[in-house]
Amino acid sequence: MGEKVPIEEGLFTWPSDEPKLIGSECQDCGAIVFPAQSGCPRCTSDNTQSKELGTRGSLWTWTIQGFPPKSPPFIGEVENFEPFGVGYVEIHDQVKVETRLTVAEKEKLSIGMEMELTFVPLYVDEDGNEVITFAFAPVAG
Amino acid sequence: MSKPEVAIVGIGIHPFGRTPEKTGQEQGVYAVRKALKDAGVEWKDIQFAFGGSQAAGAADTMVSKLGLTGLQFINVANGCATGGSALFSAYNTIASGAFDLGIAVGYDKHERGAFRVNTRSHGLGDWYGKQGLALTTQFFGMKINRYMEKHGISHNTLAKISAKAFRNAEHNQNAWRRQPFSEEQILESEMLSYPLTKFMFCSPAEGGVALILARADQAHKYTDTPIYLNAAVVRSRRWGSFEVMAPWIALDDAAGPTVDTSQAAFEMAGIGPEDIDVAQLQDTEVGAEIMHMAENGFCEHGEQERMIQQGETEIGGKLPVNTDGGCLANGEPVGASGLRQVYENVLQLRGAAGKRQVPNDPSVAYTHVYGAPGISGVTILSK
Repeated sequence: MGEKVPIEEGLFTWPSDEPKLIGSECQDCGAIVFPAQSGCPRCTSDNTQSKELGTRGSLWTWTIQGFPPKSPPFIGEVENFEPFGVGYVEIHDQVKVETRLTVAEKEKLSIGMEMELTFVPLYVDEDGNEVITFAFAPVAG
Repeated sequence: MSKPEVAIVGIGIHPFGRTPEKTGQEQGVYAVRKALKDAGVEWKDIQFAFGGSQAAGAADTMVSKLGLTGLQFINVANGCATGGSALFSAYNTIASGAFDLGIAVGYDKHERGAFRVNTRSHGLGDWYGKQGLALTTQFFGMKINRYMEKHGISHNTLAKISAKAFRNAEHNQNAWRRQPFSEEQILESEMLSYPLTKFMFCSPAEGGVALILARADQAHKYTDTPIYLNAAVVRSRRWGSFEVMAPWIALDDAAGPTVDTSQAAFEMAGIGPEDIDVAQLQDTEVGAEIMHMAENGFCEHGEQERMIQQGETEIGGKLPVNTDGGCLANGEPVGASGLRQVYENVLQLRGAAGKRQVPNDPSVAYTHVYGAPGISGVTILSK
């Protein structure tokens, strides 16, 4: 009871001292995608292997989710909804990943800014566990 | 211009918006009856049908209300390109010589608010929807946000697109939102997904459209004003393009499916963007209309800022865009939306669009749809 559990198995390494997103890399053409999948969308090869992704990248684009998403599928707070940032972070030399952002103020977001991976609580499930998901935060300084 | 093989000889529409007393299917049946009347044919004359809805049931059940004639009826489901795909299929069925007279029909009836996305049907894990990423609105906000910075599009230009849509719809009795709004009202409405406000988005809605197609060489049997279908093309995304419902994008950048679809359609018709007199472009929100102007070949990236500020896409402008109010003012009943664009172009080419008629007798018209998870459909019509 009261544990921290990942939103989905296989999305990121957990538990871990330094959790990372798990993508997959095509062993034939080198294409990287996220989350891990069988089959390469670039060259059609079925020879893919899972790969832990880098934890830093630059903000490729962003928006702010200003209204509560329909629930289901959304499982976060709806009644006292707080807007959250959403963006694509271009993980250096790997892949652009869609992600929640830890900031939701437009003045604090700009395309090209350096971001790093972090993990945030999303909701508490029926067993009292804190469900964790990934997000990206601006790099301090 | 290539020699057309297929003509549209009848059109029918059920008004878009909210019609609580009718099911989606009933709105589709209404549109079919209007189209039959317009073409002067009876349901028993129709040899085949392609039809679709996303949220209002299987289209082939319509035969229980229209008549059990034994015709070939195939259901189509292709996201926002459902209507375009039905038309594409009907086009090819006639062009191949299989049949001479058929119908493409689409209708829908969606619940209020943003589309509720079934992530599994998109091949995505539950985590994607649970954490609030499965929203089409976010994609549109993120795509135009980057585009504005890269190509110098202003917030005021975003507002001008919505203002134009509601202004055009004022003269369209079948449109949903027909009250004009000022640019200030549009910019000051609730911010849904930065930089897009409430009045910059279309809403899921209801409505139905039916089109009757015939062999081009037989079209005059049915109508004095046949409108020819010179191209109908559907394409999906390539590696590297940025699409809705994508947990990731490749490192490489590539153009979206609209660019491929548009180029293939112009090649099929044997003409270029400069030959188009009126265009209906997918405008699920204002950013989409702006970006799709360039993706469809009507201008360079960034040129939209000047074109829109100077009114070039107004009804009296150089290239009128979304003359019936587009998705912004009609809403988006997914199954019917692409066919509404074609309906409007047929009216414009017949010279029957009333107060929103494009001047100077337009002769070539263009439609474009875009949808999840990265598909596009284009038609080119002429008289």
